[in-house]
Amino acid sequence: MPQILVEELTKTYRIAERSPGAWGAVKGLVRRRWRTVEALAGVSFQLQRGELVGLIGPNGAGKSTTIKILSGILEPTAGRCEVNGLIPWRQRIRHVARIGVVFGQRTQLWWDLPVIEGFNLLRDIYRVPQDRYAATRDELVALLRLDRLLDQPVRQLSLGQRMRCEIAAALLHSPPLIFLEEPTIALDAPSKLAVREFVGRLNRERGVTVILTTHDMHDIEALADRVIVIGGGKILADGSFAALRAGVLAERRLFVDFAGAAPALEMADVRVVAASGQQLELAFDPRRITAPDLIARIVAAHPVDDIHVEEPLIEEVIARFYDLHGAAEP
Amino acid sequence: MSGIATTLRPYLAVCAGRFQLTLQYRAAALAGFLTQCWFGVIRVLIFAAFYAGGAAKAPMTLGDAITYTWLGQAFLVFLPWNADPDVTDMVRSGAVAYERLRPVDSYAWWFVRAMAWSSARVAPRAALMVVFAGVLMPLVGLGKWGLAPPPSLAAAGFFAASAAAMVLLSAAITVLINIAMVRAMDERGPNILAAPIVNFFSGMVIPLAFFPDWLRPILRAQPIAGLVDIPFSIYFGGVAGWSAVGAIALQFGWVVVLAAFGRWALERAMRRLQVQGG
Repeated sequence: MPQILVEELTKTYRIAERSPGAWGAVKGLVRRRWRTVEALAGVSFQLQRGELVGLIGPNGAGKSTTIKILSGILEPTAGRCEVNGLIPWRQRIRHVARIGVVFGQRTQLWWDLPVIEGFNLLRDIYRVPQDRYAATRDELVALLRLDRLLDQPVRQLSLGQRMRCEIAAALLHSPPLIFLEEPTIALDAPSKLAVREFVGRLNRERGVTVILTTHDMHDIEALADRVIVIGGGKILADGSFAALRAGVLAERRLFVDFAGAAPALEMADVRVVAASGQQLELAFDPRRITAPDLIARIVAAHPVDDIHVEEPLIEEVIARFYDLHGAAEP
Repeated sequence: MSGIATTLRPYLAVCAGRFQLTLQYRAAALAGFLTQCWFGVIRVLIFAAFYAGGAAKAPMTLGDAITYTWLGQAFLVFLPWNADPDVTDMVRSGAVAYERLRPVDSYAWWFVRAMAWSSARVAPRAALMVVFAGVLMPLVGLGKWGLAPPPSLAAAGFFAASAAAMVLLSAAITVLINIAMVRAMDERGPNILAAPIVNFFSGMVIPLAFFPDWLRPILRAQPIAGLVDIPFSIYFGGVAGWSAVGAIALQFGWVVVLAAFGRWALERAMRRLQVQGG
């Protein structure tokens, strides 16, 4: 039995529409026009215990809606969904006791309280026995290096410090499944790395199942074995990141610094992307011509100072993918 | 830990936490107390002028009206004029999503929050008001214009029960305003409507005893009367004996009805709530 089972999940919202201007406002008083928005149009997937899955997609794709349904906040319009054997929105109270959730853009800690008091309150809210709480808390404090933050009111923490505290707060009741929604948003590089490393360890060493949504593709590349891409309320791809990359954008780049002025290069299967002074940026498909082969042919014909190969940026891959599927937000 | 204690643990924790946090606002309590003294004095003077103008048929004595006034000032903050500001902030910021992630009954959760919030603000104000109107004024020879003690032990006992119902009613109505705010996604409308309705129907503006005979029973039967008119009339003995028992039962009855309705409406509102953004 998978830990998460989602079958043909749909969610439609009804939104009141208003014609622009004052006259539109008046008309709206008399007769409302409704528009239905399909946030999820039949989403199906399964997750086994211990998986770490990245849920990505452009803004407005349905990621948040999916997380909100899985966490029991939102009721879907149709479809089946079971998490830990429970139906999230029907058995909400039992369900939420067994999950942890971090929304990167919101805070679950109490703004005016010192961090430790917020943790204590969560201990009582989740009814965690004191001895188990103390052990979990101490462990999280050590792993996330929170010892010097515990006595500070939440309002005084930097975003990076707060995010580490938020993650600890979501784990005090030792849930076997956590949802992380944009946990690295607006964090600086060291904080991002700290969060990534911690999430990876949590998954590997504790077997905690993680669903991660993010727009930072480096998060995904560093952490997720499996990526689910959502666009327009549908699942566009579900598999490894490497497979996704290969399917979308096999193209790689070769940067060549010539000894003299860059020559006008005419080669089959190679496209000149940019030329500046002595440098040429070439795009090639490794399935048609391998990098060593290409380099050998260039070096044989021209004096060369330096050469290096680059993969296209992950962002580029994803943007291209969204584009191919018409998934980018209008 | 026993089953019930475990079940109640989150509610007790949030209640105690909110009470302590709210109690810290000493300047607000002092400012509130001074404002309420000022309004208390003015209202007492208005009653004095009214009674001096020949009030042979007045339904209560001037002394009772004055006691009623000071009690109203002491417990003023129990009047549910607003949606709970914490809940308002959460709905605005979207943090209300986290509320649904707690393994607690959302209605009971908001109810205890509201109760802690109002009680913590009332406690210092009421204590100061009792000292001022009930102790200091009599000491300086203004006892006639001050807060008199209940006339009998029975009145005091009934008042304690009625005041407990008042606290619960206040929280139940606050949660109803919260729900209206969630539905409207804006607190201003519900807040603007709540204050005048509560002030009038509770008997805060004019004690309900002053209304015509045909209207009075209707006014006393509605739930908001249980916030001011019923408990304070019981205090000075204007409602006593079996009438007091009936009035207190009515208060608790309304608590049950409002809580049942509120719980149903909150679950409904939450299911429709589209948490903003993200």
